[in-house]
Amino acid sequence: MTEQIRHEWPLFEVFVRAKRGLNHVHVGSLRAADHRMALHHARDLYTRRNEGVSIWVVRSDDVASSGPGDKEAFFEPSADKAYRHPTYYAIPDSVPHI
Amino acid sequence: MTTEQVFASTIERDQRVEPRDWMPDGYRRTMIRQIAQHAHSEIIGMQPEGEWITRAPSLRRKAILLAKVQDEAGHGLYLYSAAETLGADRGDLTRRLIEGRQKYSSIFNYPTRTFADVGVIGWLVDGAAICNQVPLCRSSYGPYARAMIRICKEESFHQRQGYELLMTMMRGTPEQRAMVQDATDRWWWPSLMMFGPPDADSPNTAQSMAWKVKRHTNDELRQRFVDMTVPQAEALGVTLPDPELAWNAERGHYDFGTPDWAELKRVISGDGPLNAQRIAHRRRADEEGAWVREAAAAHAAKRATGRAAT
Ligand SMILES: [Fe+2]
Ligand SMILES: [Fe+2]
Repeated sequence: MTEQIRHEWPLFEVFVRAKRGLNHVHVGSLRAADHRMALHHARDLYTRRNEGVSIWVVRSDDVASSGPGDKEAFFEPSADKAYRHPTYYAIPDSVPHI
Repeated sequence: MTTEQVFASTIERDQRVEPRDWMPDGYRRTMIRQIAQHAHSEIIGMQPEGEWITRAPSLRRKAILLAKVQDEAGHGLYLYSAAETLGADRGDLTRRLIEGRQKYSSIFNYPTRTFADVGVIGWLVDGAAICNQVPLCRSSYGPYARAMIRICKEESFHQRQGYELLMTMMRGTPEQRAMVQDATDRWWWPSLMMFGPPDADSPNTAQSMAWKVKRHTNDELRQRFVDMTVPQAEALGVTLPDPELAWNAERGHYDFGTPDWAELKRVISGDGPLNAQRIAHRRRADEEGAWVREAAAAHAAKRATGRAAT
């Protein structure tokens, strides 16, 4: 890495709540010197047309994620636990509201 | 399945490739190049219209133009953000642009001579950009496709404000109408060139289509743009500067003349009317902003250590 690249501001991930009652959703990333500046930039960059009522910013370095290769270990066990799904249980049609 | 097969089947099933998936080096390189080039075009694209912000004829037009140019900055940043998901570095991409190692759209190397140019850019240049960008909302690379969706939502305002500006001028004096016609004459052919060289001369198209990075060929998109624009020109009351332009009932499309491909090659290779000025301006903005970026970083570092100490 060159000297210049190290002087780049760190990367932040931006999450926006489109309106009350909805979750914050990831919308992209931006560069900023600190969290406060990241919030201001996020406002200018991702909510110029009332796209949101609330913003989160998170340092990209602080995000831990599962990898595409983790598929088996992470997501496959749920496939053989069919009893977690309501359709696993046979209930006669005559029983209402269940 | 091998990683290659997983990638191939993702493309085959029309699913999106996401940042941490395995992808061929060529795909990654192509995506970085395409996204960076697109980002640079948005950023350099602020200049031709930006020149008119202080000279807009009314407060209303000034506010609109300011908002439009700010959008273009935003488009550039969405795209740099997408490029970074592939391992590219934003600062490095800017340096590549300034050093002439990466390109941007040829269209932004032409001058904006009158305020009518602002209208014609919105109408034709943003119009052509929309034609190019709508299919890219289905690009196989997820972050790029999502950035394009965001961008396309904003482009419609750009095109409509331009067309409305021109309609207003066409209702004005004969001089104003002449300005609109003159701007149309100057921007028409460069707008057609925005779709790139003819298919026969576009060696990367086949691979890009196979990877679903590109959904239509240059010539298909160019035809679509001409078909869309001719009725708009008629409604506006201007003449498009092409004597060969005519409806072809058999094809169900407009026939049109051949752009000057030698000119496109010249402008792409750096020899357009304003290439040097555009890059010099970008370089100056980068250099003059350096102390602000450094000061903000130093301030943030100081606050962070201050907080750790208490
Ligand atoms: Fe744009
Ligand atoms: Fe635009």
